[in-house]
Order: sequence, then structure tokens, then C-alpha cells
Amino acid sequence: MENILNQIGIENYIFLSVILFCIGVFGVLYRRNAIIVFMSIEIMLNAVNLLFVAFSTYHQDAQGQVFVFFSMAVAAAEVAVGLAILVSVFRNLGTIDVGNLKNLKG
Amino acid sequence: MINIPDLANATPIQIVFFVLSIITLASAFLTIYSRNPMHSAIYLVICFTSITGHYLLLNAQFLAIVNFIVYTGAIMILIVFTIMLMNLNKENEVYKPRVTRLGAIVLFCLMCLILIAIFINSKPIVGEYIITGEDYQSIKILGKVLLNEYMVPFEFASVLLLVAMIGAVLLSKKENNEN
Repeated sequence: MENILNQIGIENYIFLSVILFCIGVFGVLYRRNAIIVFMSIEIMLNAVNLLFVAFSTYHQDAQGQVFVFFSMAVAAAEVAVGLAILVSVFRNLGTIDVGNLKNLKG
Repeated sequence: MINIPDLANATPIQIVFFVLSIITLASAFLTIYSRNPMHSAIYLVICFTSITGHYLLLNAQFLAIVNFIVYTGAIMILIVFTIMLMNLNKENEVYKPRVTRLGAIVLFCLMCLILIAIFINSKPIVGEYIITGEDYQSIKILGKVLLNEYMVPFEFASVLLLVAMIGAVLLSKKENNEN
């Protein structure tokens, strides 16, 4: 298991993370359902976490993994608050289509 | 440059990595593509589980466990409960106008192209892979790093989670009409 990055190569992890991140961006732009937009943000966060762990292995350093731990804590807090906002929006408007949230439009 | 290993004589670890990567990317794409939000949630669970597999492959045991519990456990339960609470598992979503969708696809391709082109040329900056052989990612070592060097951020994370909990309860509470 020690030479795993010799066998796979850090480039392949970078490309995997980049494509996963781009899929997340694509989801944010493509869909109108606010929950799917949320899921796309989670995909982006996971792509970055994966790259952190890959480089933590690459440099043989534990600090990357500690950073991933903190980013997971922040992601959990973000999801809790975000879903509460969505529930509140749904209760007031009856929909969570992001195209309908234009009360602040001038 | 990219050195894609030839699949004819790939080692077992490479085969596992490619299978896991294909599962990850396909389920992430299906999360966005499927019209029913509940199906999206199921595909997202598959995506997160395969990312846990990647962590296990990199021998990051602690993060594999935490990722499995936090993401596929807690966060997905929250999302699934919200979908069921809003009764959204109907496929009646109106799509964005065609120009916006086309723009999204073009931006996806361009972003992939640019980021991959950047990282192909960044090999000298990334540096060389050195195997020191010392233990750096077992739960014991991670616990020492977390509670010695990162003690203050660790405590702040707990405060953040508490504030998020209070905020979620306050936001989603049904407000009483005072009359």
C-alpha cells in the first residue's frame, strides 16, 4: 500500500477531482431545483476533499487530512442551515424553483 | 504529460481505481441529470460511497469512516428528509431556457479543458513523490495533530456546529401569528 501513488499517479487523482468539480459547477448552472443545486455544491466540496487527501498522501503529511476534517464540519453546518432556509422558502412560496426567487429584483 | 497506464497489464490497484472513478463520475452526472429528486439523492449516496472507497484506497482510514458517517449518513438523511417533507418526488420541474442550458454545457467543457490543461503543465510545481515510510495517517497520529496543533480550530468547529444547529431550528420553526 505504500507505493499506491506510484501505481496510480497523482495526475489521475487531479483529473478525477477536476472533472468532479466541473460536474458540480455544471449542476449549479443547469438545474432549477434548489435541492439539486445543493447536491451539486456537495459534489464540489467532495472533489476538493479528495484532492486534499491525495496530496496529503503525496507529501506524507497529516495536515491535509486535518483540513478535510474541518471542511467536513463546515459542510455539515452549511447543509443544516441551507436546508432550513429551503424549508422556510418552500413554506412561504410553495416552490423551491430558483427561478421564482426574484422578490429582490429591482 | 499524462501517463495513462495501459489497461492490458494493469495492476489490481489501478483496476480498482479506474472502476471507482467511473462509478464516481457516472453517479455524479446522473445526480444532476435525473429528473426525480429522490433518484438524485440515491445517486449522490452512490457517489459519496465511491469517494469513501477512494479514501480507503489511499489508506486514509479516519477520513473514510468520517466521510461515510457524515456524508452518506447524516447529510444524505437530511436531504432525503427535506425532499420527503416538501413532497417533491414528482417530475414536474420546469427546465431553464435552452440558451442557459447550452451555456452551462459550454462552460462545463471549457472549465474541464482549462483546468486539465493547467494541471498537465504543472508537474514541476507539484514536486516529486517521496516515500519516507513513516506513519502519518493512522488515527493515532491524526488525533495527536488535531489536538495539539489544531486545538483552537477544533474547538471553534464545535461552536460552529452549535450555532448551525440553533440557526436551523430557528429558521425552520413555524412562526406563530401574534393576534
